[in-house]
Amino acid sequence: MPRIFAYITHKNGVADDSAVELAAAGKKIDGAASPTAILAGWGPDLNAACTSLPAAFSEMWKIASEVLAYPNAELIRKALVKVVPANSIVLIPHEHFGIDLAPGLSIKTNSAFVSDVVNIEGLEGSTLHCVRQEFGGQVSAHVQCDISSGVVITVRPGAFKAIESVTTRGAVVEKSIDIGSLKAGRRYLETIVAEAGDVDITKHNVLVSVGRGIQEKDNVAIAEELANVLGAAVSCSRPVVDAKWLPKSRQVGSSGNTVKPKVYLACGISGASQHLAGIKGSFLIAINKNPKAPIFQVADVGIVDDILEFLPELTDKIREMRTVSAK
Amino acid sequence: MEILVCAKRVPDTSENEIELNRAGNDIERDDLVYSINEADNYAVEEALQIVAKAGGSVTVVTVGGEDDEEILRREMAMGANHGVLISDEALFGSDGRGIATILKAFVHKGNYDLILTGVQAEDGAAQIGGMLAAMLDYPFASLVNSIEVLDGRKLKVSREIAGGNREVNEIDLPCVLSIQTGINEPRYVGMRGIRAVASVPIPTISAVELGLDPGAAGANAAKVKRVDYFVPALGKGAEMLQGSREENIEKVFELLEAKGGLR
Repeated sequence: MPRIFAYITHKNGVADDSAVELAAAGKKIDGAASPTAILAGWGPDLNAACTSLPAAFSEMWKIASEVLAYPNAELIRKALVKVVPANSIVLIPHEHFGIDLAPGLSIKTNSAFVSDVVNIEGLEGSTLHCVRQEFGGQVSAHVQCDISSGVVITVRPGAFKAIESVTTRGAVVEKSIDIGSLKAGRRYLETIVAEAGDVDITKHNVLVSVGRGIQEKDNVAIAEELANVLGAAVSCSRPVVDAKWLPKSRQVGSSGNTVKPKVYLACGISGASQHLAGIKGSFLIAINKNPKAPIFQVADVGIVDDILEFLPELTDKIREMRTVSAK
Repeated sequence: MEILVCAKRVPDTSENEIELNRAGNDIERDDLVYSINEADNYAVEEALQIVAKAGGSVTVVTVGGEDDEEILRREMAMGANHGVLISDEALFGSDGRGIATILKAFVHKGNYDLILTGVQAEDGAAQIGGMLAAMLDYPFASLVNSIEVLDGRKLKVSREIAGGNREVNEIDLPCVLSIQTGINEPRYVGMRGIRAVASVPIPTISAVELGLDPGAAGANAAKVKRVDYFVPALGKGAEMLQGSREENIEKVFELLEAKGGLR
C-alpha cells in the first residue's frame, strides 16, 4: 500500500475543517492506516496550526520557511516535490489553494491526478475507483485511476464525513531542512476584501435567490417584487453575477457569501455544490423548471414550475393575504 | 503580447438539461447543443482586451475532431486572429495529462507570452492550465478574475478566493492563467460575424506534426479514465409538491408562515 498524505491548509493558526475530511477520504483508500498530515507555513501560526490539528493522522510533517508565511502554491509545490516520496497518494482540498497547487504537483511528481472527488469506492490492485461530478452536478461519473506511480487527489469540501473513532495523534516530524531554497515566478501582494453591497444578504430571515432560470436582467424585478412583499432580500447564484445582472455582494456560495436565513427560496437555481456550500441550516424551497435539477436532491420542498410565472403569482397571493389580514 | 487561449467545445448547460441515456452509462447525446466552454469564452475576451491595449495577437487552439472547428470559428468571429485545430485519431481518449502534453508540444512551436485557459470545463477537472504550466516550468495562477499588464514582462493578477475576496499577485511572463467566469463581459457574436470568417481556413495539426512521441498522449497513455456516467440514488430528496400552481403557492405561503418567513 502506498503511503497516504493529506495536505492541511490553515489560517491564523487553525487547521481548516477539510483536515478531518481528508483523513476520512484517506480511510476510504486504506482503512488500516491513518494518513500523514503535511503542514507548511512559518512561525507561531504554523506551530499553532499543528497543535490545532485533529487527532486523525499518523504523523505530522512540518515544513517551516519564512517564504511560506503566505501559502504560495508554486513554492509549496516545490517543497512537496522534495519531501514526498515517489508513488505516494496525496490528498488536497479542492478549493482555491488546491486548484492552484494540485495539477502542477501531479506533473512534477509524475503522478496521476483526479480532481474534485466526491467519493472513493476503493482500491483494487493499483486501480483506484473514485466518483466525480460533471456539468455542475447534473450527472456523476465513475472514474478509474492507475496509481502505480502515485496520485494527487483533490477532495470536494463537505463530501467526506469525519470519522469520529479515529484518535491517532502522530508525532511532529520536522521536514523544513529538506526543502532547500525556494523561488517562484509569482509573488503575493495583498488580499482585497470583498466590498460590502447595498444590501447585506447575510442579515435577512428570507432570501429570494435567483439563478440562471431568471433568464434576463429585467426579470430580476420579479424577484425584487416578491422580496419586497416578504421584507426579504434578493440573492443569487454565480451565473447571475457573471452576467452582471446583480452585484457580487448578492452572490451566495463558496466564492460569495455564506447565508443562514430561516427560509431560502431557490428560484431557477440548478444547485451546483459551490452554491450549496454557502447555505447553512435554512429551510430550502426550490422552484425549477427542470425536474432533474440537482437542487431537488437537497431542498426540503421542491416545485417543478416556471419561476417567471410562479413568482408573480406568489407575490400576488402574499399581497392578497396581507390585505385580508389588515382588514 | 502573443496570447494563446486553450479552449474546449462542450455540451452547453445553459441550452441543455444533461441527462443519462437510456442505457444509463453515458449522457444523452442526441440533440445536444454544443458551444465553447463558458470560462474559455471569457478567456478569449480577456485576451482580446489585453491585445487591444498592449498590441499582439490572439490564437485559439483546441484538441479534438472536425466538429470542434466551429468554436474556433466563433472565437475568430469575436476577434481572435488565428484558430488551430489539433486533431489526430492517435490522440483520442487522452486524459488531462495527455491534453496538457499535446498543448505543451504546440506551445513549443510558437512564441507565446501568455497562455490562458478557462478555469474549468463543464465536463472537466480544472487541471489543464496547472499541468501545462508545470510542464513548461512557467508560473501559474488559477481562478483569475482581473489582469493588468505591468512594465518589465510582468502582470498583476487577482484570483478569486473564499468569501468574494481577491488575492492579488504579481506574476512573471511567460505564464499560464486559468480564467474565472465573470472577469469581463464577452462581446456578442452575431451571424454576420460568423459569416465573415466562414471561409477562413483553419489549420489542422496532427500528432506527428507536433513531434509527439507515440504513447505520450491518447487512450493508452491515459492513467485516468471515466468509466461511465450515472445519477446517484438520492438520499431523502425534496418533498415534491404535486398540486396545481395555485395549490403549490398556497403551500409555499403556509411554509413561509410556519418557518418564520412572514413578518
